[in-house]
Amino acid sequence: MKTSAVAAGPATGSGPVGNDRLFAAGEYAGYHNHLDAYGPLAAHLSGPGLIGELEVSGLTGRGGAAFPVWQKMAAVASSRTAGAVVVGNGAEGEPLSFKDNMLLQHAPHLVLDGLLAAAGAVRASRLYLYSQEPGLAPVRRALTERTDAGKVRLVPAPDTFVAGEASAVLNAIRTGTAVPVDRTQRLSETGLHGRPTLVHNVETLAHIGLIARFGAAWFRTAGTARDPGTRLISVSGDVPAATVLEVPGDVPVENVLRAAQADPDTLSAVLAGGYHGQWAAPSGARLSAAGPERQTIRPGAGVLFALGRQHCGLAATADVVNYLASQSARQCGPCRFGLPALADAWDQLAAGHGGPRLLRELQRLGLLTAGRGACHHPDGTVRMAASALEFFAEDVRLHLAGGCNRQEGTP
Amino acid sequence: MNGSSLHIDWTRCDGRGLCTELLPHLLVRDDWGYPLAADPSLEDKSNVPLAPDDGPAAAEAAALCPRLALAIVQRRD
Repeated sequence: MKTSAVAAGPATGSGPVGNDRLFAAGEYAGYHNHLDAYGPLAAHLSGPGLIGELEVSGLTGRGGAAFPVWQKMAAVASSRTAGAVVVGNGAEGEPLSFKDNMLLQHAPHLVLDGLLAAAGAVRASRLYLYSQEPGLAPVRRALTERTDAGKVRLVPAPDTFVAGEASAVLNAIRTGTAVPVDRTQRLSETGLHGRPTLVHNVETLAHIGLIARFGAAWFRTAGTARDPGTRLISVSGDVPAATVLEVPGDVPVENVLRAAQADPDTLSAVLAGGYHGQWAAPSGARLSAAGPERQTIRPGAGVLFALGRQHCGLAATADVVNYLASQSARQCGPCRFGLPALADAWDQLAAGHGGPRLLRELQRLGLLTAGRGACHHPDGTVRMAASALEFFAEDVRLHLAGGCNRQEGTP
Repeated sequence: MNGSSLHIDWTRCDGRGLCTELLPHLLVRDDWGYPLAADPSLEDKSNVPLAPDDGPAAAEAAALCPRLALAIVQRRD
């Protein structure tokens, strides 16, 4: 796996030019290379003023939900409870995502910059970085190279799908167990130990580290008005080699596939956003956090999984639903029992058994499972499965009649 | 709209079914015995809106739930 970024020259004070931003300090960048590429953090943007700059920048969360970054921070900053907490979330339980680990390996200092800048903006007194152990190692090394990040505590994440869900993250920090928790209040009001808490994905933090230096106008020189900046995409599936690409916002999906050396014409579909994402055509739409449906696909957690024409999309979906059912934390009944029931029904559909009533049963189980849990694991699973029924409608028709015109299985 | 809702903590609920007996017009049981909002159009299936008349029965359900999985919460929409 290689990153697409090319090491840029020394910083001009106006930020990296083009779309190669997050890896501009080069491979496995130490503090020296990091400062050479980006320069120091700008002091005038390291306090509460940063939140206004982030609002102008239009940066959205890169962990999946694409929520406006400034809004989460403004909520924490305006809390009347003192002693806010900021958590960098690098738990990458999504099997199709590897961009967060790539970022922590090559640009740990940029992530730490963003963590420090965000903490300064919301006046946080506790800072955490949470990731699977492979991602923590480079951060541990980075912390020995600088003196301004002594407060940052590293917390290991287990390798489970739900470990990165915000309430599971705080649960892991507090108790060591990374399962979601029932919430009736927002984390920005009552998070870790009752403190106002901000949880940002590590790539989001890296962008904050750049906006704190070069400003909102620079950030917007990549991407479009409705989806500014760049984002990392983990591309996998029927591509010559799985890869992480930094792409501009609002990029045509076929451009991303071609940049990964894949020919969109050989693909029948992409799963965009991750296992909680949606199935879509391999060309004709743009990857954008905002924009009309059908013309835009949500990048979610920055995942693009390519499905070759030889593979059956329903079999691939059944595999994903089975995996997600296995990843239930088994705390909430509708998820614990509903997802396995949904997976069984999908196995029947993929195998061409079940008959015409199966479709109604799939929809019934979806309604019974979505929205009834402490986290959005069941909702995301049902949404992804529903997008498969819609996108592979012709295959569904064949399968309900007992046939399939493709080989089975997942690339 | 303001008012109160019956919040279901799914991490605690194990489908004993007492709430569905006390609030039959609000909650039915799903395939596995867990409480299911009787109104299928409800978006937020974890916070079931309560009418003023539901108050006493909902409070009783919350107090009697053997798993302490129910709470009356103020809606913030």
